[in-house]
Amino acid sequence: MAEITLIEGVRQAMDEELAHDERVFIVGEDVGPRGGVFRATLGLFDKYGAERVIDSPLAELSIVGVGIGAALYGMRPICEIQFADFIYPAFNQIVSEAAKMCYRSNGEWTVPLVIRAPYGGGIGGGLYHSQSVEAFFAHVPGLKVVIPSTPYDAKGLLKSAVRDPNPVLFFEPKKGYRLIKGEVPEGEEILVPLGQAKVTREGHDLSIFAYGMMHHYALQAAEALAGEGIEAEVVDIRTLLPLDKKTVLESVRKTGKVLIVHEDNLTGGYGAELAAVIADQGFTDLDAPVKRLAGPDVPAMPYSHPLQDWFMPDPVKIADAARELAAY
Amino acid sequence: MAPDKETLRAMYWTMLLARRTDERAWILHRQGKIAFHISGIGQEAAQVGAAYALEVGKDWLVPYYRDLALMFAFGYTPLDFMLGLMGKAGEPTSGARQMPSHWSLRSANVVSHSSPVATQAPHASGIGLGIKLRGEDAVVLTSIGEGSTSQGEWYEAVNWAAVHKLPVIFMIENNIYAISVHEHLQMAVESAARKADGLGLPGVSVDGLDALAVYEEMGKAVARARAGEGPTVIEVRVNRMTPHSSDDDDRSYRPREEVEQMKLDDPLPAFEAVLKEKKILTEKDVTALDEKARAEVEVAVETAEAAPYPPVEDASYPVYVEDVRHG
Repeated sequence: MAEITLIEGVRQAMDEELAHDERVFIVGEDVGPRGGVFRATLGLFDKYGAERVIDSPLAELSIVGVGIGAALYGMRPICEIQFADFIYPAFNQIVSEAAKMCYRSNGEWTVPLVIRAPYGGGIGGGLYHSQSVEAFFAHVPGLKVVIPSTPYDAKGLLKSAVRDPNPVLFFEPKKGYRLIKGEVPEGEEILVPLGQAKVTREGHDLSIFAYGMMHHYALQAAEALAGEGIEAEVVDIRTLLPLDKKTVLESVRKTGKVLIVHEDNLTGGYGAELAAVIADQGFTDLDAPVKRLAGPDVPAMPYSHPLQDWFMPDPVKIADAARELAAY
Repeated sequence: MAPDKETLRAMYWTMLLARRTDERAWILHRQGKIAFHISGIGQEAAQVGAAYALEVGKDWLVPYYRDLALMFAFGYTPLDFMLGLMGKAGEPTSGARQMPSHWSLRSANVVSHSSPVATQAPHASGIGLGIKLRGEDAVVLTSIGEGSTSQGEWYEAVNWAAVHKLPVIFMIENNIYAISVHEHLQMAVESAARKADGLGLPGVSVDGLDALAVYEEMGKAVARARAGEGPTVIEVRVNRMTPHSSDDDDRSYRPREEVEQMKLDDPLPAFEAVLKEKKILTEKDVTALDEKARAEVEVAVETAEAAPYPPVEDASYPVYVEDVRHG
């Protein structure tokens, strides 16, 4: 079994889906000969040609809008937004068009489309190369929102997203692109179903719910806490919309204490929805208030290293919050 | 190439039927029987001229909300429209989820559109890209008001089509007003067709009150698109003879004389005169067709009024493809 990076998982998924289905094509900025600014499409232009790996004009709304049109025609576009921070020009296309097409046409028209975007901070990206944008889209019925945190899931979830008949937003934790490595079997079809959270560490003292890079930090924090006799359960949410409430609530039932971690800022973040679901449907299982550890409510992540560190949740901050909760 | 006699008759019938249907919608609104109507009166000649230059069933249409006549040419019916106005069960474009005049007709390659303007333009380019990638020779017509060409979405869509030489025709139905705002406050160019100049594709302006002139220009653009020579911007200059919608009162922003002049320039009697001159229609034919149109519209109104509302549970789906219910 080969150990690969998270971004290699993304690349392999696209390579395999391009080979598997001739309707699949990639469109985005610099995805062609350059192979993407992060190298997610490395080699794909040479392998599949300019008609299947298309360098778009530098305009995000039409990357998505043209992708939607191609999907309506029967193609299976994978749209790359170079950084999640640049997705806002396409917001109208995603929210007014892709998300509502099936409903508004009573199912006559559908949009089988994947929008990939690297998200998240900790890479010196400053305000506009560090954002977490998932909450905007997890609010919108008709979309699916997926965030992998391992190479295996990056590959398996992306392949499933490409085959899904709905518009799927696929946010990749860019700090983990090369940092996160994992074993992925070769020569085997890996399809991880959308809509399933995963318990990645068993524990009974509290549950930590996280996704993307924060899921790794949560595992690291849990490891540290284990040395102190605190056994944290860690759940990788993986699909934010639709949420796997069953797995979440089962974990709450088991531990009675909840810490939700995301690097997006606190107010109105995805953690608010998770907390609300738990308060509503898991209230009697709770032994402590639901806690959220999130990015601070400042407009975005600052560039300077210490300021960036102040913004980012990390294993130490997570362990501190978990320790406090465990003692409640 | 000029349309044959049969086509000319069909064009006239489509214009006439759209006009009578549209007029009836205004009456229904005045009667308090519907909540909303947005009109295409004054734009029918341009729409019909464009539609008949295409191959329905093969070509694609990405329309905007004033395209009632264009939709009729693609197979939509007065009953479909009346069901939509009244929000009744069986409405074919959205199952009565959308407001009226938000078209869609999958069986005729007419794509569903929304209310925020110009969002449909990139879809047309995407469909054109799909056609090109598959090596087919269908073309895409997308229509839009002149005000909506101020949107970045329209420029990006046209730019895409121009860069990749996609088989897309961007028709701008310039009816002078975007609700109340005059075209002089939308653009510094004399014609919206000039917007094509900076994007590297042909842009032509044509008298949209003349169905045959539109048919001819559209035919050239269709031929270019099918031959792989790329997109065209066509501005059709039309008149919006009504307020923006049933919720608008146009007396605050345009003089009555202007509207009176538009009535004198009405494209429907103008086309009728052309067909009479060509001996394709007689006065008797015109009277008979008008009676037929009115009767068809009345049947549509009665049928729609008698139709039930959709069951409330319809509002809950289909959010995802997995929820789609067929039949």
